[in-house]
Amino acid sequence: MSRHTLSVLVENKSGVLARVSALFSRRGFNIESLAVGPTENPDLSRMTIVADAESQPLEQITKQLNKLIEVIKIVELDSAAAVQRELLLVKVRAPMADRTQVLQTAELFRAHVVDVNTDTVTLEATGTPDKLQALLAVLAPLGIKEMAQSGTVALGRGPRSMSGAGTLRPVERTA
Amino acid sequence: MTSTTPGGSATREAAEALTGVETTARSVEEAAAEPLTGLTGAQSLVRSLEAVGVDVVFGIPGGAILPAYDPLFDSRVRHVLVRHEQGAGHAAQGYAQATGRVGVCMATSGPGATNLVTPLADAYMDSVPIVAITGQVPTAAIGTDAFQEADIRGITMPITKHNFLVTDAREIPQRIAEAFHLAATGRPGPVLVDIPKDVLQATTDFSWPPRLDLPGYKPTTRPHGKQVREAAALIAAARRPVLYVGGGVLKAQATAELAELVELTGAPVVTTLMARGAFPDSHPQNLGMPGMHGNVTAVTALQKADLIVTLGARFDDRVTGQLSTFAPNAKVVHADIDPAEIGKNRKADVPIVGDARETIAELLPALRAEHEAGRTPDLTAWWAQLDDWRTRYPLGYDWPEDGSLSPQYVIERLGAIAGPDAVYTSGVGQHQMWAAQFVRYEKPGTWLNSGGLGTMGYAVPAAMGAKYGCPDTTVWAIDGDGCFQMTNQELATCAIEGIPIKVAIINNGNLGMVRQWQTLFYEGRYSNTKLHPVDAEGRPKPVRIPDFVALAEALGCVGLRCESADDVDAVIEKAMAIDDAPVVIDFVVGADAQVWPMVAAGASNDDILAARGLRPVFGDGQV
Repeated sequence: MSRHTLSVLVENKSGVLARVSALFSRRGFNIESLAVGPTENPDLSRMTIVADAESQPLEQITKQLNKLIEVIKIVELDSAAAVQRELLLVKVRAPMADRTQVLQTAELFRAHVVDVNTDTVTLEATGTPDKLQALLAVLAPLGIKEMAQSGTVALGRGPRSMSGAGTLRPVERTA
Repeated sequence: MTSTTPGGSATREAAEALTGVETTARSVEEAAAEPLTGLTGAQSLVRSLEAVGVDVVFGIPGGAILPAYDPLFDSRVRHVLVRHEQGAGHAAQGYAQATGRVGVCMATSGPGATNLVTPLADAYMDSVPIVAITGQVPTAAIGTDAFQEADIRGITMPITKHNFLVTDAREIPQRIAEAFHLAATGRPGPVLVDIPKDVLQATTDFSWPPRLDLPGYKPTTRPHGKQVREAAALIAAARRPVLYVGGGVLKAQATAELAELVELTGAPVVTTLMARGAFPDSHPQNLGMPGMHGNVTAVTALQKADLIVTLGARFDDRVTGQLSTFAPNAKVVHADIDPAEIGKNRKADVPIVGDARETIAELLPALRAEHEAGRTPDLTAWWAQLDDWRTRYPLGYDWPEDGSLSPQYVIERLGAIAGPDAVYTSGVGQHQMWAAQFVRYEKPGTWLNSGGLGTMGYAVPAAMGAKYGCPDTTVWAIDGDGCFQMTNQELATCAIEGIPIKVAIINNGNLGMVRQWQTLFYEGRYSNTKLHPVDAEGRPKPVRIPDFVALAEALGCVGLRCESADDVDAVIEKAMAIDDAPVVIDFVVGADAQVWPMVAAGASNDDILAARGLRPVFGDGQV
């Protein structure tokens, strides 16, 4: 398996998400996660797509994405040269007897308690997918009642930006 | 400009530039007109169509699109009322392919729009520039499962180059301009504009030309110089080169440049199903069509080549056969305007992204420089080999043993009598392959068919669109009896609207290509391929259902029938002499004729059969 993180700037118009997800499904590309949100420019949205592909299909993915009229720019973010984060909300069974252990675990992973009651504690944690997996592994024996996890969002490290001057090199439009 | 109408000459010029291949946003902005106020969205739509240079729309009105039909009534844009929206879509395709301009079709919401799905998918596969305008239920009703509501934008997302849902009447001119720009430029394709009824009824302003807002759309037309020089170096060094020419050469109107390249290289040319006519069949360097039913020499030339120079073609499975064994020793130069085609199926040693005409134009001086540097390849041995194959495995056919009329003979005579100035359209199946094989194409835009999608029923409506666009040209639809029964209702349109096409039905009473596969691969078990009534023993009953001559006459056409080889020329000439009504000839042919040569689906091109059971001997190792 080969995971690639694509940061895709698209026009902020209705239907763009449908086009992108339909393209992945139609061409048989696998999406591991997809996150969409606003950018510093109100006309643009940024999609962060984590795709599972060998390098040859990845080239096809970026070329096909580039053909979508509303796609402005695509950059592949190398994990070493980018900050990648996911957000996790997890509701853990935490009766008084186990509560200290839950809270200690939260502290170890720099997670925050965002909701508490007599039976459960809800933690909020951010980090790389690996870190969040590790947190979940520790919490699992205590009893995870429910969880919600976001897709990866990512930005390239350093002073450059995708839309401004001194931009990152886009994935080649030509072959 | 003092005129308040947007149809002045400068606007017209810009509009024509817009429908041409080399459209730029700037050419649209050069002309400006005074804005009009207080018109309806529908009027704005019709004025936009006028401004963009549309001369004909093929369509059918209905509830949601009805507001648009009122200003259309007074417009100089002519509307051809078809009998089924699929016919409107294929007519727009035929018009576009015969004229090189954008074809336009129009339909109402729901079923009107969904009937356009097949031609849109067809145009997408074959990169045909058409714009479809559909009515939609009023904005407030969208999403409520309203009467005649279908999410046509969602439905057509994967089969259009782009599509729009217009939510504000003020956007109409811009969306129409963008739609035509997208359809005609880059890799051409279909664009759909969906307009809700209330948007058509709203009061708005109109000014032309609008600003195009397509920040993500920048097709690369100019090839990379270094890549072009590398391609030239490979061509100069190749000993067994083949120019593999696809439909992109026709779309780019690059046939003159191609002819120069062919002369300069001295290399053989193969023209794909989509590129028949891109290079004259009469030229000795044209080997003809490659692929599943290509001729032995064209298929084998690619297979044994050391260099394939691919121009506007996409290594379709029908051309390559089994991909892993396709042209194993060939280096590949792949020039295409769509970067996603390059490396999709076959790895390219030299990829070139660019318009075919610009690419070939730049390849010519680069190749001359190679020649001047003394690098001129000797292709004598290669041509000796190719000529040997051509002599031993020419295209041909056997006469049916039962004495019935040979379909190949009919098509061969039709091509000879109608000649290279006629336009030929076809449906999909055996007759299509024979029409690609046995008509000699000499000019671009004279062979229109459904190549990628394989849409039965394409021929008649596409011929209607081509004839409308080229009224002084003879247009023949070569159709099968199966295909003809899918879209023949458009003959009524042709008869009423004065579009005198000619139709040759190659009537073998069967779904012939499927029957051929049943003969070859299913032990002759003819499951559901007989279209004519048969008795218990499977013999045709002496009754014609339908009687195509009677049907033609019912549809306002002249109906003729031919059942013997002796009458073929006379009946074709009779049809050629009629130019005030559509003509249909029912050629009753044998059911057992087969399309050869053939590479079975999924088989290697090395295993081509020249005829049933006849495996060619290629003399390996001679080159």
